[in-house]
Amino acid sequence: MSELLTPGTQAPDFELPVTPDRKLKLSDLRGKPVILAFYPADWSPVCGDQMALYNEILPEFQRHDAQLIGISVDGAWCHMAYAEDHKLEFPLLADFEPKGAVSRSYGAYFAPAGFSQRALFVIDKDGVIRWSYCAPLGENPGAEGILQALEELP
Amino acid sequence: MPKLTVPVSKEDHAEGMTDARCTLVEYGDYQCLNCGAAYPLVKRLQRHFGSQLRFVFRNFPMTRLHAEAENAAQVAEFAGAHGKFWEVHDLLLENQLRLGDALYAEIGEQCGLQLADLRDALQQQVFLKRVRDDFAGGVRSGVNGTPTFFVNDERFNGPKDFEHLSQAIEDAIRQ
Repeated sequence: MSELLTPGTQAPDFELPVTPDRKLKLSDLRGKPVILAFYPADWSPVCGDQMALYNEILPEFQRHDAQLIGISVDGAWCHMAYAEDHKLEFPLLADFEPKGAVSRSYGAYFAPAGFSQRALFVIDKDGVIRWSYCAPLGENPGAEGILQALEELP
Repeated sequence: MPKLTVPVSKEDHAEGMTDARCTLVEYGDYQCLNCGAAYPLVKRLQRHFGSQLRFVFRNFPMTRLHAEAENAAQVAEFAGAHGKFWEVHDLLLENQLRLGDALYAEIGEQCGLQLADLRDALQQQVFLKRVRDDFAGGVRSGVNGTPTFFVNDERFNGPKDFEHLSQAIEDAIRQ
């Protein structure tokens, strides 16, 4: 398994489907902070759900003008159903083909299981990683690390 | 390891002695089924540890998943302002599938609360700030879903069952 990308590294650019017919490119978001949240899969149990939690905290992220993006290896249709069911108000990207390629480039992929770990990155307005964290398997990392990293952005 | 950033204080709703060897803090949502499932578990832990354990409940309503969570939390806080927090907390969780105005009135009556005052408090969202302050403090402490437990200020990451939680509490008591 490759190493998780660390602060100071330029965030690898990528373009992934955000809906079945629309793509989102990381470098198009330059100018504001981006939170990348890699997670294993849609449809994990609801109440402990990391994406549902971030959805609740969205206003706090927005106070820092930060754009939150969720990424998993699920396909765009799966993301759509999941986002609709959970009323998610931020984009979910499909790291689906080639499977997990973006997750691998950030050192977040967990090859034995074929999905991404719960890895978090805060990227500054110039596209440089300022904070990264990978939660132990099976543990939902919460949001306090993200908020602290956003506060510490120059 | 995430830690409780808002210390337990007299502002909290607490069951048990302030000098108990262990304090268990739950961040919970009245509409969350996992919190409903944790409710008898907490009762069992309280029976098991008696005066060694103090239990504190704080609000963490997942409002986008649970339409009634924030209202229910405000009902409990209203009750708290009238010395009936735990009665109402318990009844809300015991009846969590029926959350709504009819249930709040029923519980209010049962607990001797002034129904008109309760309605006003809900309408004017008198206790919303308190609920949201709980939520914000929880986010800061690393609450990562509901329920999240803290054992003596440390987030409990294990399986939420009697065996694992009681072990964590025992370890805290022995420290």
